[in-house]
Amino acid sequence: MDDSLDQIFVTLKHTVVGLCPECIQPLVSILLSIVPLVAVFPLIFALTTVVERKGLGRIQNRLGPNRVGPFGFLQFAADGIKSLIKEDIVPRAADKLVHFLAPISLVVPVLLLYSVLPYGRNMVPIDLDAGVLFFFALGASTELSLFMAGWSSRNKYSLLGAMRSIAQMVSYEMPLVLSSLSVVMIVGSLSLPKIVEAQMGHTAGITHWFVFTPWGLAGFLLFLVASLAEANRSPFDLPEAESEIIAGYFVEYSGFKFALFFLGEYLGLFAMAGLGITLFLGGWTAPLACLDFVPSWAWFFLKLFAMIALFIWIRGTVPRLRADQLMGLAWKFMLPMALINLLVAGLWHFMRVAEWPFGVRWVVCGFILIVPYAVFSWVFAAKVGKRTYRYAN
Amino acid sequence: MSREILADVTAEHVLPGSGMVAPRNFEVRPKTGTDGAALDSDLLEVSMGPHHPSTHGVFRMDVVLDGEIVVKLKPVFGYLHRNHEKIAEGTSYLASMPYTDRLDYFCSLTNNWAYALAVEKLAGLTVPDRAEYIRVITAELTRLQNHTCLVGFLLMDMGALGTPLMYAFREREKILDLFESLTGARMMCNYMRFGGCRVDLPPGWIEGAQQIADEYPRFLDEFENLLTGNEILLARTQGVGKLSAELAVNASITGPMLRASGVDYDLRKVDKYGFYGRFDFRIPLGDHGDVYDRYMIRILEMRESLKILQQALKSIPAGPIIDPKAKLRGFRPKVGEAYGRIEGPKGELGFYLISDGSPNPYRYRVRPPSLINLTVLEDMCLGHSVSDVVIILGSVDIVLGEVDR
Repeated sequence: MDDSLDQIFVTLKHTVVGLCPECIQPLVSILLSIVPLVAVFPLIFALTTVVERKGLGRIQNRLGPNRVGPFGFLQFAADGIKSLIKEDIVPRAADKLVHFLAPISLVVPVLLLYSVLPYGRNMVPIDLDAGVLFFFALGASTELSLFMAGWSSRNKYSLLGAMRSIAQMVSYEMPLVLSSLSVVMIVGSLSLPKIVEAQMGHTAGITHWFVFTPWGLAGFLLFLVASLAEANRSPFDLPEAESEIIAGYFVEYSGFKFALFFLGEYLGLFAMAGLGITLFLGGWTAPLACLDFVPSWAWFFLKLFAMIALFIWIRGTVPRLRADQLMGLAWKFMLPMALINLLVAGLWHFMRVAEWPFGVRWVVCGFILIVPYAVFSWVFAAKVGKRTYRYAN
Repeated sequence: MSREILADVTAEHVLPGSGMVAPRNFEVRPKTGTDGAALDSDLLEVSMGPHHPSTHGVFRMDVVLDGEIVVKLKPVFGYLHRNHEKIAEGTSYLASMPYTDRLDYFCSLTNNWAYALAVEKLAGLTVPDRAEYIRVITAELTRLQNHTCLVGFLLMDMGALGTPLMYAFREREKILDLFESLTGARMMCNYMRFGGCRVDLPPGWIEGAQQIADEYPRFLDEFENLLTGNEILLARTQGVGKLSAELAVNASITGPMLRASGVDYDLRKVDKYGFYGRFDFRIPLGDHGDVYDRYMIRILEMRESLKILQQALKSIPAGPIIDPKAKLRGFRPKVGEAYGRIEGPKGELGFYLISDGSPNPYRYRVRPPSLINLTVLEDMCLGHSVSDVVIILGSVDIVLGEVDR
């Protein structure tokens, strides 16, 4: 296989580093890892804002932005310039230092999340042994910044938004971590590149992605829902519910601080999608053996864009849950399902060791997952349902 | 507000710090932890509105929250007051007609009709058959677009990002195009006259209306497929904002809200004003009186409105559109009083007029369904969260132009 295109970025980096004098080579090497991340993902964010608005426009039977640049794709530049030159209003009663630090303390950890994701073959900025742990630790620290924003603004809506966001994010951390734990358990490593390696290879042309196993599928769906909630995306956008508490924790932010919140939120979403891809969708591996000629990094970004498209689609489609229903979903449905999923993952492993055929394993594990799912759904659905209506004579 | 004060507060007490009297069925109890010691918890008073995305205009709710649960809610209105009734008493009868458009600006044609009905009663005018048919058709089209948009707004309050609203507006545009070709204006129609209508239907109008009546069920099916079975919608709306039939009647609630509580009261059946006695349609009734019932009643009412439209469009007669006795200039009804009411899309819309024989009404009074339906807002919202307040308000269906006048 010709690796030149696949490894083009790696080769490029090595070449550039090799050209530098030896004393600054480590520094250049670090910079060459950091700069692309800081450049590429905010650019994807910028384009996503346009694509999202256009996509939602299509869903909603309207055009979306189409004035700035070709097909409106330079809208993000106009928005960015606008938010840069806008007056930065800080409420008089606000805690000014915390108010200032909150958006920064959101964006910095979110950018750090990208340092452990494998973007392609040999393309991981830091190959940490505890990559998954690092990711979740940093992801959890973003909650603090939302609370800082909500509390320091000294606005009642901000406070409500902060209250909601803390409750929501802490609750959904649980199923998020537990659903990822099944992968960690099977692979036996917390290192993200190792997890991708475990999903490499094909059987009869089909990959070994974890999503094609019953526990992987359940885990992926749980992960998807929990990551939507972690990223405050619809239908879990309660902390910033526009129709209820206006904008939640960032109601008192304007100008570029607001843009930073926006950036941090989307980057967090992309990172979460990247982790989901790495854990369940095979990372940078190709779905079919015959598609191996496509560069590995292209696969990663293709999957990322597909996930983003899915998020946009969901946002345009569903209404929002209420806070207590949100909590109920996390604690009464997703947490037990994630725990059961852990058991099923263990069972799958032992059945594989005992050399049960793939189909039989699927049926047994699928059955163990379907039964509690059906029971939980039935318990939930019993309270609500369609009604019939009578007519007056 | 401090914990010491809260600990002693019972019903009838003034909520500390807010200056508001606690509602009758509300008792503030100090929160205690597992060891029985009082927790340091305060009530939060939030002023929702007048600048709030979900108050449907400049409307304010003073909400007292315990966590996110509403323990007191005071609606505050009047931000859009523009002296409508007093202005009408100073102008001639006909000059008030365009002002009535601005009451409930979603439904100007039904506003026109209610006012025309009151003046016709006062002056003893009769309406020709064709004009009555036109009134029924335009009123039912108005009801269609009002209910469609209401569902869209309700879903927007529920956080559906405007997708249903955009679908609703797509259909509303078609109806507004019809209004425009008939009256010259899309929303401020100013179309009814005392004893009939202003102009006759333009050529092709009946066919256009027929096309809408034929195509609308498909849109409603699509709309319902998207919304009615949605689990989040069901979970958000069922059991939320319950209004008992007893309270609804006592508070003189009218319209779809009353019928969602299970009370069979529709002026189209009770008064049979216009030609509603001639058409075959049914009145859907809800049993629970919650937000979901209010949503479904409106969907079902739209289907009944389509039935009326189908019948009216097929049987509309030719003939004059205005009573030949009706005088546009120098119109002076004889001394007396009259109350004209119709079943507007939002409820009973009434106009009460007293004439002293002069060209102006001596007294002009509107019974706005939006305002009266809003009076039970607190009773529906207590014990629910802020998220529910927004959709309960959305399900009441208010237009601030009519609430404040």
